[in-house]
Amino acid sequence: MIKTAYNGLKTAWKGLALTIKHFFDARESKKVVNVKEANYFDQQNGIATVQYPHQELPIPEVGRYQLDVVIDDCIVCDLCAKICPVDCIEIESIKGTEVIGKTSDGSVKRLYAPKFDIDMAKCMFCGLCTTVCPTECITMTNEYDRSFTLVTDLTYHFADMTEEEAELRREELETQLTERKAAKEAAMKKTEEK
Amino acid sequence: MNFYLLYFLVAFTIFGFIAVFSLFSVYAERKVSAFMQDRLGPMEVGKYGWLQTAADILKLIQKEYILPALADKVLFTIAPVIIFVAVYLGFVALPWAPGLVPATMNLGVFYVFAIISIEALGILMAGWGSNNKYSLLGAVRSVAQMVSYEIPIGFAIISAVMISQTLDLQIINYNQGILAIDAVKFLGFVDVTKIGGILAWNVFQAPHLLVAYVIYFIASLAECNRAPFDLPEAESELIGGFHTEYTGLRFAFIFLAEYAMMFLVAMLGVTLFLGGWNTPLPNVGSLQLATYTTGVFWGIFWIMTKCLTVVGIQMWIRWTLPRLRVDQLMTLCWKILTPLAFLCLVISGLWKLLL
Repeated sequence: MIKTAYNGLKTAWKGLALTIKHFFDARESKKVVNVKEANYFDQQNGIATVQYPHQELPIPEVGRYQLDVVIDDCIVCDLCAKICPVDCIEIESIKGTEVIGKTSDGSVKRLYAPKFDIDMAKCMFCGLCTTVCPTECITMTNEYDRSFTLVTDLTYHFADMTEEEAELRREELETQLTERKAAKEAAMKKTEEK
Repeated sequence: MNFYLLYFLVAFTIFGFIAVFSLFSVYAERKVSAFMQDRLGPMEVGKYGWLQTAADILKLIQKEYILPALADKVLFTIAPVIIFVAVYLGFVALPWAPGLVPATMNLGVFYVFAIISIEALGILMAGWGSNNKYSLLGAVRSVAQMVSYEIPIGFAIISAVMISQTLDLQIINYNQGILAIDAVKFLGFVDVTKIGGILAWNVFQAPHLLVAYVIYFIASLAECNRAPFDLPEAESELIGGFHTEYTGLRFAFIFLAEYAMMFLVAMLGVTLFLGGWNTPLPNVGSLQLATYTTGVFWGIFWIMTKCLTVVGIQMWIRWTLPRLRVDQLMTLCWKILTPLAFLCLVISGLWKLLL
């Protein structure tokens, strides 16, 4: 019985010594350093908490967090929406009546994008869309903290066309199509007449 | 008339003290636990989070009282009151300084020991009244634990009382310092009545009381349901134990009682074993340190210092040791603490007979 009591006290003291050591080590906090720093593992003791909004962990410049789209460079090929495993990208396209312009890397733009939405609530940050993009207009940024009070705010809209503009383009396409159809029919009639 | 006014004043002072102490010690507990786990603890409310507990109590006051549909309404409602009042009344007999004690009682030790046992009843009422299996399990564990640990705690207390030869807490205090009524003997033979200080404390008057104090301390942790004996509220097993169903102010009172109980057992232990409000500084030659540091103000200072140290140790233990299993809890009580406490009791008897 005495031995059990002695052992109990001895082992309890071991634990107590450990916690009191940490208690006194808590006088200082670990400094927030980049994981790439040479002295990163030198800081063994002290408070480990990073007080997040006031302190931030250093992140790599080319972080792979939230998606961003440079809509001017987009050729509306829809590849990103097709590869997305969770279908978080929604794109609507309108064929242009002629070549619209060129992207910064020289690709020819033929389609308008009245709608380019990414639902960040669905996004799983796999980065597949950024690899398939032929013009590299969809990228991952190093921004990671965005919070919203409305869940709908998590759907980012990247299209810069207004509804009227989109409507105008649709009408243009419509007229071009009808014109072409009429021309085609006229051509067919001509061949039949011959 | 003034008579009653004084009564109310004393009651309010004690309540105020309990409330302030609880706010302070909840904050301290969170900080201590955080530092021991390399965290920071509350940091946002006020500088270093010092207003955190005030914010918590404001939140608790505003909360709705939820009465479970199938609960026993009477038991459920009065249980927190009984739990709190049992602990609150315990403070009545505890002396703070020479001549400063809320109520002089020649049965002080017995009274305190009896009244804090009522808490077990309150806890059982809370657990049964909640009509929730977790609550009931917690309450049953709590009662089993409190009733069992009253045996070693009782033996430890009696072995101190046998040395002091009185049940009056104030006289026990007087006899551990320079204001002693009887002769005080360090280790049983050196007369230190005029020297006082740490040498005159009960644990040094009879060294086997050190063992008795350790037993008392361990058993008192079980009495106030604190880790490593927090089986009644074991979060990981029983959600919240007997207070699972409580909300708002009722929960606040249970919590208040828990922290008040910590201080109460610390104060009782300090009074019985560690010299109570007596100074640890002895009179050495012409340097009359003990005489200088004895008085009403010093009495309050010393007892607060000692009690807060003991409370600090309670927290330290809570954040170090893992919770015991029920069988280990009972083994510790019946097979280790009780025989050791009984041994202390026997030594106390022989001590008084032979020395």
